[in-house]
Amino acid sequence: MSRFSKTLIALALAVGTAAPVLAFDRYQGIGRAATAAEVQAWDIDVRPDFAGLPKGSGDAIRGMDIWEAQCASCHGYFAESNEVFTPLVGGTTPADIDSGRVAALINDSFPQRTTMMKVPTVSTLWDYINRAMPWTAPKSLSADEVYSLVAFLLNLAEVIPDDFELNQDSIREVQQRMPNRNGMTTDHGMWPGAPASKGGIGNGGRPDVRATACMKDCKREVVLASALPEHAQDAHGNLAEQNRPVGGVRGVQTGPSTAEQAPADPLLALATEKGCMACHGVASKIIGPGYNEIAARYRDQAGAQALLVGKVKGGGQGTWGAIPMPPQSHLADEEIDQLVRWILSGAKAQ
Amino acid sequence: MALTDARLGRVRPAPENFLSDEQIQSVKEGRRDFLRKAFIAASAAAAAPAVAHAQSAGDPAILELQPWSTMLGKPVAANPYGMPSMYERNLVRRESPGLTRVGGSSVAFTPLQGLFGIITPSGLHFERHHQGWVDIDPNKHRLMINGLVKTDAVFTMDDIMRLPSVSRIHFIECGANTGMEWGNVAVPTVQYSHGMISCSEFTGVPLKAILDMCGADYRKGRFILAEGADGSSMTRTIPMEMVESGEVLVAYGMNGEMLRPENGYPLRLVVPGVQGVSWVKWLRRIEVGDMPWATKDEAVHYIDLMPDGLHRQYSSIQECKSVITTPSGGQTLLDKGFYNVSGLAWSGRGKITRVDVSTDGGINWRTARLETPVLSKALTRFNIDWVWDGKPAILQSRAMDDTGYVQPSYGQLRAVRGTKSIYHNNAIQSWKVVESGEVSNVQVL
Repeated sequence: MSRFSKTLIALALAVGTAAPVLAFDRYQGIGRAATAAEVQAWDIDVRPDFAGLPKGSGDAIRGMDIWEAQCASCHGYFAESNEVFTPLVGGTTPADIDSGRVAALINDSFPQRTTMMKVPTVSTLWDYINRAMPWTAPKSLSADEVYSLVAFLLNLAEVIPDDFELNQDSIREVQQRMPNRNGMTTDHGMWPGAPASKGGIGNGGRPDVRATACMKDCKREVVLASALPEHAQDAHGNLAEQNRPVGGVRGVQTGPSTAEQAPADPLLALATEKGCMACHGVASKIIGPGYNEIAARYRDQAGAQALLVGKVKGGGQGTWGAIPMPPQSHLADEEIDQLVRWILSGAKAQ
Repeated sequence: MALTDARLGRVRPAPENFLSDEQIQSVKEGRRDFLRKAFIAASAAAAAPAVAHAQSAGDPAILELQPWSTMLGKPVAANPYGMPSMYERNLVRRESPGLTRVGGSSVAFTPLQGLFGIITPSGLHFERHHQGWVDIDPNKHRLMINGLVKTDAVFTMDDIMRLPSVSRIHFIECGANTGMEWGNVAVPTVQYSHGMISCSEFTGVPLKAILDMCGADYRKGRFILAEGADGSSMTRTIPMEMVESGEVLVAYGMNGEMLRPENGYPLRLVVPGVQGVSWVKWLRRIEVGDMPWATKDEAVHYIDLMPDGLHRQYSSIQECKSVITTPSGGQTLLDKGFYNVSGLAWSGRGKITRVDVSTDGGINWRTARLETPVLSKALTRFNIDWVWDGKPAILQSRAMDDTGYVQPSYGQLRAVRGTKSIYHNNAIQSWKVVESGEVSNVQVL
């Protein structure tokens, strides 16, 4: 019944508001005009021409504080970490800022492809941080905080000085210094709309590779370019247990069968499901300390259970290094309690 | 002939210590009920058929009454939502170890090695999430249309599900499918090499009908932005030409039921022929605009690095591609003799017109049978007869679509795009068969 009443209210709104009516000659009673507040709430995108960019300002110095509290745990202090995600900063040079082309993409002089090496448009950074970051609490940053974080990243990449005030106007100058701003091409056949010559993108769908369908004696010899390396043979578990046990084929045995393995630890499964294992190993440090290291330090300490429950809940910093652990608000109290007990009792890897 | 003990074939040696002395004695006495289990435990491989013929009186699966023939079965609705047989538990979505560090931004691959026909069971549809998946209350879900329209508008799920619907079968492939294999062989099976593809019947409303209602400015508004309601609120730019053709759907149905939450419940965009990232899940907003948006997934990811250091931006079409799914990497052929070589072909530009199969690494080719239905921008199943003579072989398939495009070899593709592109690898896949019957992943130029 309650759902029905809501529908009635929605209909009443649609009829009652003064907004223009939809052109629904055919589909009467379907849909309604959006209110200005509704559009403002959801229309958050920022385009390369900065349409949609809210007013505000920030700088790298303010950005650093926000970064260390909310971003460094995944991305590292200098946005260089390759632990959880690919690095954000690195591989760009002052020469790239001048040319707008990142040389490391041509000469492979940097081991990774960082975000700053690739991204051509500063609007992309603003838009994405604003809509999706931080990872566990998206859309919680204010416009000024987003400006500060963008400024922090740009400063790390030496695009702007640390006292540069980034705002809705100065961001346009910054665009002219983006290291890979000239690094994109749309001259390809993989855009499914109109070509560039008709106001769209690309060459109108013309493929870049032209193969032929030869049927007989198509080549003299078969050149094997690559085969599965020895070390990768069993990296995907036991393939016998990834294939059907009936039919014309069976999976190749590439490891022990699960029947012979120890039963799965439900708490390890919980820690995995809740994302804890992204930062903690069982035996060793990933970003935060390994569970066995935590147990070794706290096992004999009175009140360790309550202390660690508090750290998981509220976050912590300084005990194991400078990278903070953010508060884990997505875990229920009961789950935190169980996980801490499991850690202190000597959690085992499978 | 093939039904007798004198059948074509070779006897594979049993794994070492496969049977204990006691068990061998049991076999001599004619008891063999434990054998099936022992085989699975010792080696899931190929000796079973030989055993099934070892006793001259006949097959115990026939001669001995089986439990299922001598018992009362389970009642109706014992599983209110039906599940596959317990013997099918190996065929599940799996992650590729080490590919990503966080499950919320990762991939679970479809087990193509065990699937038939062209429809992917909904529970096995591949998963790719950018910030985890969510299960949205459909009564709180809204679709907003704004931008270059006469009236910014809001639709409830009730609204959308009242509109005239269409149902269409299409594949969805991640742009990074086979991306791990650009430079060299990296993964053992077709699940990991090609398992970021699925094909379903989608039910929904052409987006064109909804934009018409809102008075979209089709003259100036040549692009749309699609945006999700999840934490990542993922966004992609899509050409208005595709919307105008009527093929872009706002879909709520998949294979006869609502979308699964992992696939965007209660509403996702269907953009036939285009890479999966554009099929925005948990769709909450469509904006009509006059230029592309350069969103994160079209300015940082889903851009194809070329040998000259330039990235191709807004590359979206999934070009013509195929793969043999049986037999495929990580499998062992049971024996010499007849096989139905089976696989999948698809093209983001239209219909599959032909698939050729080679068993000698691409020197000679034969044309495979295309099974019906053959639909535009959908998976097409192909089959071809093959008698394996026990000698080494390299199996390949090569698809063609109705634009005349022919799927390229690795050599041809790399000559243009190098090896660093990550996305849109549609090269011919090769599976090497050795004398033991074992099949493995190789690359042929």
